Amino acid sequence: MGTLGSLRRKAVATAAAVGALALVVGCSSGDDSATGGGKKDGKVTITMGMYGVMGIKETGLLEQYEKENPDVDIKAEIAGDEQTYYTALQTRLAAGKGLKDIQGIEIGRAKEITETQADKFADFSDVPGTDHFLPWKESQISTEDGKVLGLGTDIGPMAVCYRKDYFEKAGLPTDREEVAKLWAGDWKKYVEVGRDFKKGFKGGDVAYMDAASGLFNAMVYGYPEQYYDDKGELIYDSNPAVKEAWNLSADAAEDGLTAKLRQFQPGWDPGLANGTFATAVCPAWMLSHISEKAGDANKGKWDVAKAPKGANWGGSFLGVVEQSPVKEEAKKLVAWLTAPEQQAHIFKEIGNIPSSRTALDSPEVKNAKSEYFSGAPIGQIFGAAAQEIPDKQVLGRKDGTIKDTFSQGLALIEQGDAKRDEAWKTTGERIEKAVG
Amino acid sequence: MATSTTKALAGDEPPRPSPRPGGEGTARRRGALWHRLDIKGAPYAFVAPFFIVFAAFSFYPLIYTSWISLHDVELATLDVMEWVAFDNYVELWGDSRFWNAVQNTITIGVISTVPQLMMALGMAHLLNYRMRASLFFRVASLVPYATSVAAAALVFTMIFERDFGMINWALGSVGIDPVDWEADKWPAQVAISTIVIWRWTGYNALLYLAAMQAIPADRYEAASLDGASRWKQFIHVTIPGIRSTIVFTIVLSTIGATQLFGEPLIFGQGPNGVTGGADNQYQTLGLLLYEEGWKNYQMGRSATVAWAMFMLLVLVFVVQRVIKRLRSRTS
Repeated sequence: MGTLGSLRRKAVATAAAVGALALVVGCSSGDDSATGGGKKDGKVTITMGMYGVMGIKETGLLEQYEKENPDVDIKAEIAGDEQTYYTALQTRLAAGKGLKDIQGIEIGRAKEITETQADKFADFSDVPGTDHFLPWKESQISTEDGKVLGLGTDIGPMAVCYRKDYFEKAGLPTDREEVAKLWAGDWKKYVEVGRDFKKGFKGGDVAYMDAASGLFNAMVYGYPEQYYDDKGELIYDSNPAVKEAWNLSADAAEDGLTAKLRQFQPGWDPGLANGTFATAVCPAWMLSHISEKAGDANKGKWDVAKAPKGANWGGSFLGVVEQSPVKEEAKKLVAWLTAPEQQAHIFKEIGNIPSSRTALDSPEVKNAKSEYFSGAPIGQIFGAAAQEIPDKQVLGRKDGTIKDTFSQGLALIEQGDAKRDEAWKTTGERIEKAVG
Repeated sequence: MATSTTKALAGDEPPRPSPRPGGEGTARRRGALWHRLDIKGAPYAFVAPFFIVFAAFSFYPLIYTSWISLHDVELATLDVMEWVAFDNYVELWGDSRFWNAVQNTITIGVISTVPQLMMALGMAHLLNYRMRASLFFRVASLVPYATSVAAAALVFTMIFERDFGMINWALGSVGIDPVDWEADKWPAQVAISTIVIWRWTGYNALLYLAAMQAIPADRYEAASLDGASRWKQFIHVTIPGIRSTIVFTIVLSTIGATQLFGEPLIFGQGPNGVTGGADNQYQTLGLLLYEEGWKNYQMGRSATVAWAMFMLLVLVFVVQRVIKRLRSRTS
């Protein structure tokens, strides 16, 4: 291991020298470390911080806005991993420095932000033309006194993505209507189909589904209450929905129906590329990930079928930081980015389902088909799934952390480190630690 | 000339009346004052940056960390602190995750440090021979050290990947079942140690090599005259000759091993990196600190882990001193 100590000392010395220099420079040239962009010579600079594939930069919307508003310059920075992004955001909010004008907020963090940091985000309730969102979407980012801390981008209605070629090899139907019928109405049937798949599949080492945690999330998010009740009390250990999802996912894990992968971690992507599993529960935003990672070689092999039950997994918001020097301009940009036309545009380009009612009803969303997924009518499938999402969606402060902890608990069963009761107990203890 | 001026100023001689009042004498005296400042003050000025930096970046954080560790405080609301005295420490003492992390830190530390230093010794011994292109090999041995932890860990993560990694592919080609490097305890710890060993062996080898070159050649000559083989020479001349360097590298490696953080974090990636695997099978103390602070956002508990790490290091060195003293007394 050697001399991390001395290395660090050197690093500290260098940092100090640089820091001292920066102090001197900083004093003379004004405060650069303050939040976000600014105005200079009639030109407005707006900075954005995002994560994952939110589709805003990727589909050219920012360039379009810059073209339509020549005096606006947008600088967007995208972190790959939301966990890392949120940690940095927390640190910067605490320090009040280094923030971007516009910050992305993931659904799992929405409650924490509305509860603890409402005063650090600008209010959107007075912005005109923003009454086109699904009602539950807006309520997720609103405080009790009616402040709206951001506008919604996408939502995460669910379907099941499956490999037609593998289903054929296992002697199962391949048509998306018939596949959907196999498990219609009950996630238990989805696992049953998995047992048939395992028995029937000839030709190699292919698991039925990627990870038990995917199934777990899909089930849990189908209920209005998950880990917290609407009074903000923790109910993850007594909520029957959670226990039911846990048990069925544990069944799948114990029966060897999963590829024991961790979603969005290394191993999952090559698994998609090499086809080591036949199905994945896929929220709408996952389609772009699958098509990108599975690559052209698997084009047309994947298809999308209706999920047994509706649920909402994920979705994001864009908020504007209160201390931003270009607050009004940033709010205008957010309103434009989340307007129905732009949401429909993102959906068409990469498949993120709009959180805007108006966009969901537009013909271009309704009639959309995915070429990659064998021409599946994703507009219809996910549009219908969006209708099935419970109207009430209770969020909790540490939803994101609790979700990760449950995923790890299921991994304990998949890896054979623990029996399900033991894994349940460990998970409970860890959640206690994390939220206590 | 210089000495006489200094003396004059130091007051050994009574001050001479200046020929012209307020003229040359004052100027001279002022120049002399500068000179004295230069002699006496300059060293302080030159060492000051280190101590200022130390105070700002080491001492102050140390004290502030201890203050935080006595509170219940969350990252999002750093201004709201609740005094809990030593509750965090008591809780940490009874926390199985802490002891698990201590254990992992020790086991990963041992399986990375011991082979690493031994290989470094061997490598230094070989580099010490006269050979062609020795400079190339010496520089090459330092290349891994120059790579960033992140890059190295990422590459090794791919090599050790379960389904499509190079190592499992190689094992498979000789008929051995694939190993789940990340999910199983010992394979994960071995894999992480491999990253550490790869990065630091060359660095330590160069330290050893430098020490070896300071050993007088006549000792080897005398040994070979006595008929000692190269191995015997290595054991009886080289090793005793570089003993203090060995101790030095052991000390540094121990500190490094205690702070082990980047390698396991990147090896696990995402939420699994932070917790050191789904079963905390490779969570080190550094990772536990990070998990408490930057996943659970509990700064008080995170600071407590930091202090526990610090005290653990102090304890290790106290024990080492005691053993050394006992040994020197017995011999």
